[in-house]
Amino acid sequence: MGFEVLVKGNNLLRLFMGLYIALKISFISVFISIILGVVLGTVMTLNNRIINFICRLYLEFIRIMPQMVLLFLCYFGATKALGINLSAETAAVIVFSLWGTAEMSDLVRGALKAIPTAQYESSYALGFTVFQTYVFVIIPQIIRRMLPLSINLITRMIKTTSLIMMIGIVEVLKVGQQIIEANRKSSPNAAFGVFATIFVLYFVVCWPVSLLSKYLEKKWES
Amino acid sequence: MNFEVIVSYFPRFVEAFWLTVRIGFIGIGISFIIGIITAFAVHFKIPFLSGIFGIYVELFRNTPLLVQLFFIYFGLPKVGITISAEVCGCLGIGLLGGSYMAESFRSGLEAVPFSQSEGALALGLSRAQMFFYVILPEAFALSVPAIIANIIFLLKETSVFSAISLMDLMFTAKDLIGLHYNTAEALFLLVFFYAVMLIPISILGNVIEKRIRFKMFGV
Repeated sequence: MGFEVLVKGNNLLRLFMGLYIALKISFISVFISIILGVVLGTVMTLNNRIINFICRLYLEFIRIMPQMVLLFLCYFGATKALGINLSAETAAVIVFSLWGTAEMSDLVRGALKAIPTAQYESSYALGFTVFQTYVFVIIPQIIRRMLPLSINLITRMIKTTSLIMMIGIVEVLKVGQQIIEANRKSSPNAAFGVFATIFVLYFVVCWPVSLLSKYLEKKWES
Repeated sequence: MNFEVIVSYFPRFVEAFWLTVRIGFIGIGISFIIGIITAFAVHFKIPFLSGIFGIYVELFRNTPLLVQLFFIYFGLPKVGITISAEVCGCLGIGLLGGSYMAESFRSGLEAVPFSQSEGALALGLSRAQMFFYVILPEAFALSVPAIIANIIFLLKETSVFSAISLMDLMFTAKDLIGLHYNTAEALFLLVFFYAVMLIPISILGNVIEKRIRFKMFGV
């Protein structure tokens, strides 16, 4: 079945290293997009017409284009148009951060908009300062609304980082292909074993995260 | 940006566009069928089947399409199941989409208030009538926004087909960049054709969503 190549040499370790590279890029992007997404989402609730128009344009473009196209635009387009020579890793982080920021800001905006004005008014009426209102009343509610969805976004970002092999980053799929190529003679069925293992690896990474998201959603459902 | 180059590339992109659209829509059709069957099995807790379909949904929702395609296209032939790239593309989108559609249908079914089925039974409808005339239409209307989001998501996912050497938009763009190094023109056409494919569906989705909401809630 081709699973025997995994125990040859340090093949399994190499697969894990490949997965680590994919996860590293996705976590850097997740980190950047959470910060920028919160900022952008808050800016969008200020109701400034020009800012909102620009944000909408950015959001719609990023969300309608496949991430693959964005990767190509950034990786090949930037070199040609701007003369900057981006490394594949940098291009990947830029693209996934841009995409993640767009998705995250939309979640933040939705959560902020969903808080009724009565919440602000009644906490002021109870004598809370603006700071206290946000810390004790508004932000806890926003977190409850947003956390399950943001965790879901993280799994989506992890899954999407598998695309980085297409711009030549040696991550888990590429390592898998290399292993298959190297063992073509000794185990011709390696493709099945290696790709099945990668399939399971991705599942093992993403499943707990989406379970957590589902659990939080159920727990905070009101 | 050279306009002549764009014109000369145009036919190849049109061809790739139709291939992408065709495989995308066949795949989405398959995903509807799989999704409905799965949602029914899970919702009505049909013994054995609901377990299997539950595992299927979790497996395909938590892995990237690229990995699934590699497994189907390069992995399965080694155990005696060989399929062409086009069929593999349809199947990949169908299986991935099926798991997403199943979740949307299921949450639609669950969101129909219990009073609806009670009301239907009280009016003397049989269980089958209740399901087909009351629950199903409401559940469908409730899951429309999620279904449209899924369709757009799946069409976007078709961009990974180039990995199994299907001549889709992505593959064509990459090919032409490699051949003539007209990066700007090829990338422009790539963005243009994806916009042509996705913007109408996105707008149509908004319109349908509003209409269905209106029909259901009158707002």
